[in-house]
Amino acid sequence: MRLTSLEERQREQRLVTNRALVAGAVVIAGLLLLCVRLLHLQVDRHEHFSVLSMENRVKIQPVPPTRGLIYDAKGVLLADNHPTFALEITIEKVEDLAATIDDLAKIIPIEASDRARFERLKRQRMRFQSVPIRLNLSHKEVARFAVNSYRFPGVDVRAELIRTYPFAEATAHVLGYVGRINEREMSQIDTSNYAGTHFIGKGGLEKAHEDVLHGKVGYQQVEVNARGRILRTLESTPPTSGQDIFLSLDMTLQQAAIDALGDRRGAVVAIDPRDGSVLAMVSKPSYDPNRFVEGISGKEYNALLHSIDKPLFDRAARGQYPPGSTVKPFIGLGGLATGVTTAHKTVYCSGAFSLPGQSHRFRCWRKGGHGTVDLEKSIIESCDVYFYSLANQMGIDRLHSFLSQFGFGSRTGIDVAGELAGLLPSREWKQRVRKQTWYPGETLIVGIGQGSFLATPLQLAVATATIANRGRLIVPRLARASRFPGAATETPFPVISRQINVGNSRYWDQVIAAMTQVVESPRGTAKRIRSPEYRIAGKTGTSQVFTLGQKQTYNAAKTPERMRDHALFVAFAPVEAPRIAVAVLVENGGHGGSDAAPVARRVMDVYLGSKSPLPPDEATDGD
Amino acid sequence: MAIKDLSAQLNVDAQAAKFGLWRRLHLDAPLLLGLLTLCSFGLLVVYSAGDQDIEIVERQLVRLILAFSLMIAIAQVPPRLLRQWSLALYVFGVLMLFAVLLFGTIGKGAQRWLDLGVIRFQPSELLKLAVPMAVAWLLSLRPLPPRPGWILTAIILTLIPVLLIAKQPDLGTSLLVLSAGALVLFMAGLSWIMIAGLGAVIAAIAPVVWMLMHDYQRARIFTFLNPESDPLGTGYHIIQSQIAIGSGGLYGKGWLNGTQSHLEFLPERHTDFIFAVIGEEFGFAGIVILLALYLFIIGRGLVIAVRSTDSYGRTLAGGLTLVFFVYIFVNTGMVTGLLPVVGVPLPLISYGGTSMVTLLIGFGMIMGVETHKKAAPT
Repeated sequence: MRLTSLEERQREQRLVTNRALVAGAVVIAGLLLLCVRLLHLQVDRHEHFSVLSMENRVKIQPVPPTRGLIYDAKGVLLADNHPTFALEITIEKVEDLAATIDDLAKIIPIEASDRARFERLKRQRMRFQSVPIRLNLSHKEVARFAVNSYRFPGVDVRAELIRTYPFAEATAHVLGYVGRINEREMSQIDTSNYAGTHFIGKGGLEKAHEDVLHGKVGYQQVEVNARGRILRTLESTPPTSGQDIFLSLDMTLQQAAIDALGDRRGAVVAIDPRDGSVLAMVSKPSYDPNRFVEGISGKEYNALLHSIDKPLFDRAARGQYPPGSTVKPFIGLGGLATGVTTAHKTVYCSGAFSLPGQSHRFRCWRKGGHGTVDLEKSIIESCDVYFYSLANQMGIDRLHSFLSQFGFGSRTGIDVAGELAGLLPSREWKQRVRKQTWYPGETLIVGIGQGSFLATPLQLAVATATIANRGRLIVPRLARASRFPGAATETPFPVISRQINVGNSRYWDQVIAAMTQVVESPRGTAKRIRSPEYRIAGKTGTSQVFTLGQKQTYNAAKTPERMRDHALFVAFAPVEAPRIAVAVLVENGGHGGSDAAPVARRVMDVYLGSKSPLPPDEATDGD
Repeated sequence: MAIKDLSAQLNVDAQAAKFGLWRRLHLDAPLLLGLLTLCSFGLLVVYSAGDQDIEIVERQLVRLILAFSLMIAIAQVPPRLLRQWSLALYVFGVLMLFAVLLFGTIGKGAQRWLDLGVIRFQPSELLKLAVPMAVAWLLSLRPLPPRPGWILTAIILTLIPVLLIAKQPDLGTSLLVLSAGALVLFMAGLSWIMIAGLGAVIAAIAPVVWMLMHDYQRARIFTFLNPESDPLGTGYHIIQSQIAIGSGGLYGKGWLNGTQSHLEFLPERHTDFIFAVIGEEFGFAGIVILLALYLFIIGRGLVIAVRSTDSYGRTLAGGLTLVFFVYIFVNTGMVTGLLPVVGVPLPLISYGGTSMVTLLIGFGMIMGVETHKKAAPT
């Protein structure tokens, strides 16, 4: 303890006494202010408030709006509000509660979990309010109760609208689902507008368009008696229903894409390049969103969450994969646009590429090399060495800024909640995240779409549609228009686009011609999917799951299935006037040309109305 | 002669015994009496507000017994020891706040709780005591009044936890912690010029705080200014609580007879809005008695602060007493419509254990200050 002089002590004593007196005065002043306020409320305006309190038999109750429905492009219903029935007991009207429940159990099955929920809810509600004993009664059960209802005074069947998704797995990742509002969501919403609402969009389109689908709450003034029971409704402001949403998604095409993928894990995204409409968006395997609406059991949820196939994971918008050789057309375009290369400049491919003065050999997928290749040949045969050399000449900064224009490394802005941005590496990114400087070798890896470069199938589809559009990038969207129920006119959602300038429109022609040859040339990596009815432009790709050592060679047959490469394919058709752009990913699927491309062909066939069969499977190599 | 001496001696002993008993128990009789009266009144009101559910009263009683036991236990600790622990407790509390931001669980949309497996713990509550203790410790290192450098350190010491709590977001608690630090500074003799200067600084940064506020916090201020704009949300609380208080009149509708409270027009009636139940059932007269009881407790706290012999005891006892007043004023101001709705319970009356435990531990410290004094220096 500090030693203090007597004088100091006395000074402190005076100071604190002084302060205590001032504080005391402030406290008294505060309490007096409060008393003045209370006199105002309790004496001056006592009459006024007394009347209000007497008349306060009128309660305001929220009336929840009906959630908007969701339709596909052809008017097929994808999300519906299904009336369900719950059996509810009003405690004060029932004499012997236990006996009533036991009697009910004789005509309608009541599980132990139902009883537990009833006990829990009973404590939270007033005696004159009803408490559910069973949810989701079948029509048979409703009928069985109706016949016996005279025996159960105080027990009623009550209807509630529950969201259902008729196509279940087929639309799960796109639509998302609604579920009970949780505490975190509670803090983010306008609680007044959600006063009567129990459900909120939890993911996908349901979440992205929550404001359009939800609608506006209504109120009703009800008169209650001295015990608080509702006697009659005095006045009501009806709620405004949520708007129905019409998608550009076509269920026929969605189903075709699902069938084309078959049992394989993967994703398909199809876009109409003319207006950015998403025609199909599939992620497999999937799950049943209907299980989530009323609350999924912990056991069932954990099984889905921990399944090795990750059914809950939206591979189309959230799956981030190295885009592999599918980026080669974009990089070739970048070479032309920046003047680093021309369509005729050639590179000699000996099967590997080394940076000057370095021993590391960056290998081409073809061991013997492609010989002398120009831009077109390098895209057709997917020559890695050409793109190592081109990327090296462009440098990472120009590569990064050119590829960003196509949306790589940023969210596309689609109206599905939870979309991820992928990763387009740059000097700045590496410094910030890895705290390392950029190595020239990494630029080469970016040139063939591997390494830390990541893109979602959705991003690939949008970028491919942009090539089909010769540079007009349109923000993809699932919802085409919205409409209030019963209204005559639809409100379209806006089309947002921007133009990418490459300096000379001939460059688009050159790259599109090369992509066409990928399918049409006998040396093309996707020659198998050539269609006799319409012309396809495409590019195959392989996305490496793990990196090989310098001396190792990749052998699919000897690699465990989950470590095998992912197969990729991007395409658009018809080449002359593109109406559909597709990106396909098949996880651990092997080769883009043999595994992913046929899926894209099937989807395009269905969309363009073509029936010509696909040639039988044959061994194709290539990247 | 001998008899006279003896009787004088006995008289002195009797007096020493009378005061000595409380002294030995380290309890302050007037304060204890005031607190017990207040809490008993609180139980009556909770019984009425909780729809005459005896279980609610039992739970509250258990909490009261626990809180009073803690108060008595803390009163046994000499302030000299509290002073030594101040800084460590403060550092621990701030670390816990960081932990809440990183691993805290969500309740009512804010991240306030730390789940320790067995119990859930709200570190911001600890800071309501740790901040005034730390500031009092800091200022007791030098003679009072504090110099500018020390004042600045004290302000920083206060603001770190205040900002962390505001980020959770818990505006009510962060305001209470802020006022706890500020009031200890005030008791320590912060000069009036400095007080005016700080006031000016606060006025200057108020717009910035407004920008950083969450939407729901801003909405509360809007509804405070115009309650009718949100008849289903916070505006409803304010309108209904004013009707409850106003309809109570001078003498109230009588215990258990409040219509506003019992017909469920009054939300949160056994917690934050319990003052409105008192206003409705006991009227202006009941409220004046309650406020007088509060005033008595505050007065006793300030007397203890003045009578303390060291600057730590003085500033801590004074600061904690004044925070108690801030509690009362913020809650009653909110319920009567003088202040915006901030989630602060009515001290020692509202149903709930957290704030009760903190407050009574604080009173335990104040009692300790009074009863551990050495013989006053002559």
